[in-house]
Amino acid sequence: MQRFLVRRAMHGGIILIGLSILLFTLLVMTPGDPVELIAATTPDIKPEDVAALRAYYGLDDPIYIRYFKWARSVLSGDLGYSRTYGTPVTRLMGERLRNTLMLLATSVAVALTVGITVGIYSALHQYSATDYTVTVLAFAGLAMPVFWQGIVFILIFSIWLPGMFPWFPRFPAGGMMTPGIDPGWPMFWNRIWHMILPVAVLATSGMASWTRYMRSSMLEVVRQDYVRTARAKGNAEKVVINRHALRNALIPIITLVALSLPGILNGAVLTETVFSWPGMGLLLFQAVLGHDYNVAMAVLLFVALMTVMANLLADIAYAIVDPRIRYD
Amino acid sequence: MARATPRQIALDLERRRKEAAGVAVGQSYWSIARRRFLRHRLALIGGTVALLLTVMALLAPWIAPQPFDRIDLTRRWATPSPTANLFGTDELGRDVLTRIMYAGRISLVVGYVTAISISLIGSLVGSVAGFYGGWVDSVLMRLVDILISVPTLPLYLILAALLPGGGVGRIVLVLSVFGWTTVARLVRGQILSLKSQDFVEAGRAMGASEGRIILRHLIPNALAPVIVASTLVVGNAILIESALSYLGLGIQPPIPSWGNMLQRAQEYLLTASYLAVFPGLFIFITVLSFNFLGDGLRDALDPRLKT
Repeated sequence: MQRFLVRRAMHGGIILIGLSILLFTLLVMTPGDPVELIAATTPDIKPEDVAALRAYYGLDDPIYIRYFKWARSVLSGDLGYSRTYGTPVTRLMGERLRNTLMLLATSVAVALTVGITVGIYSALHQYSATDYTVTVLAFAGLAMPVFWQGIVFILIFSIWLPGMFPWFPRFPAGGMMTPGIDPGWPMFWNRIWHMILPVAVLATSGMASWTRYMRSSMLEVVRQDYVRTARAKGNAEKVVINRHALRNALIPIITLVALSLPGILNGAVLTETVFSWPGMGLLLFQAVLGHDYNVAMAVLLFVALMTVMANLLADIAYAIVDPRIRYD
Repeated sequence: MARATPRQIALDLERRRKEAAGVAVGQSYWSIARRRFLRHRLALIGGTVALLLTVMALLAPWIAPQPFDRIDLTRRWATPSPTANLFGTDELGRDVLTRIMYAGRISLVVGYVTAISISLIGSLVGSVAGFYGGWVDSVLMRLVDILISVPTLPLYLILAALLPGGGVGRIVLVLSVFGWTTVARLVRGQILSLKSQDFVEAGRAMGASEGRIILRHLIPNALAPVIVASTLVVGNAILIESALSYLGLGIQPPIPSWGNMLQRAQEYLLTASYLAVFPGLFIFITVLSFNFLGDGLRDALDPRLKT
């Protein structure tokens, strides 16, 4: 087990290093380095000063030396400055990270709850009308463009319904809170109020795919001999399903959640953009548009670190819940 | 017509008996697959809709109600009506239905070309990795691991911001650079299980070159999963293209794409909400139908489910 975890952690490390090389190469390929920017904004700069600056920043070094220098500063916690905001990237990321995690954790929780419940129901009522509807809805959820779903939800819940029915609450079309709200409980409820639409949008694809997986996982398990044995012993159906089938059917879902994380983070970029939710996704999008590559790089590396950690956690959780698994 | 020999009659009887018992006889893999596919209702619907959308895109210049770039400032914001502009007109008085048809050309071309290029790259990388193994395999598969374990949309965004231009070729390039991983992994798995089989060994014993073994024996046998995967790639590529175009980094106006039509539409949600409805609906229906089609193909082509 320990050896397995060490191997997985090393694997994760390799992924992070590989990704950082890939990203650094992309970054270096971008036109317009910092010195060019300085030169462009300072018309009377002398060519020898430009050369001196280039040497100072190490821009003429071979690419692998630049990579090692950059990697050393990242490892010591220096992610550089943001071109747009003029502040250290680390300071910029703190608050954005909290906002994204809030959105992400709620969506995953909602998607898991709905996906597992509906998936189980669907499996236990295979080929029923409900099962069929759920399957079609799951397909629809997976084909739905995240940003369009966001736009349509804004249309329906912030414009059409409140316009048609005066009693219908007008959902906020963006942002994180109403300006000037009192701190404490009012602010808390206001935040939740602002989270409903983005969470619903972000949770859709996870809900759809986890419902499908839960359904097929459950169908697979109820066919097993030990479930038949449990029934033959005269257990109540509820006990058979909850104690014997469900527990085993849930095991593969752990890995699946970790594997879906990259996709959900893709969705977060779009959701945050549609709802102008000030998280990492929106930050990343604005950084790419503004050629603020230090920021883009930092966000991406952080997100990659998050997914690698999630996968590691999934491996550990897997080993804990499933005693059959021996990693050596 | 010659009289049937006893042997033929016996074979015929055997075939009828088996057919009655529901066993497929004397049929190729592909004809079994076709029959199974035709039984899959959602896949048939998906295939038909995908075909209709493709025909609509192909025939757009002839069936569109208006020339696609016609601006009519006297007819701005016309709401959808069955008699004049079925889907309404936009902020420049352009007919939305016309633009949707032309945008479909762009989106579907992006989908199809990306699917082809991704299947080619993925098959090449996957078969090289699976066939040669060793360090080639390790390096390629670590690359796949990297691209699979991180969110790719940000990578698409950065690459799209790097490359100049705003046309179809650029988007296909962006989508292909990071998109081949799933197919490569799939093909590698197939090749690994195929390459130890007897017919490959026989080919090698008869002196076939490595290239010939890969091209003639391994790839054709790994074809089925690639077909399924590339069908799903069409839908997925359209989804990513529309997201990139919506974010302003994909297809650039004035070339219409479903994604960039939505980008403009979000500015006019309060005044002309219909602008935000139709392009998205077309993305949704297109992706959905290709997903149904791919799902049906998987059921039909997956040998593990063979009855």
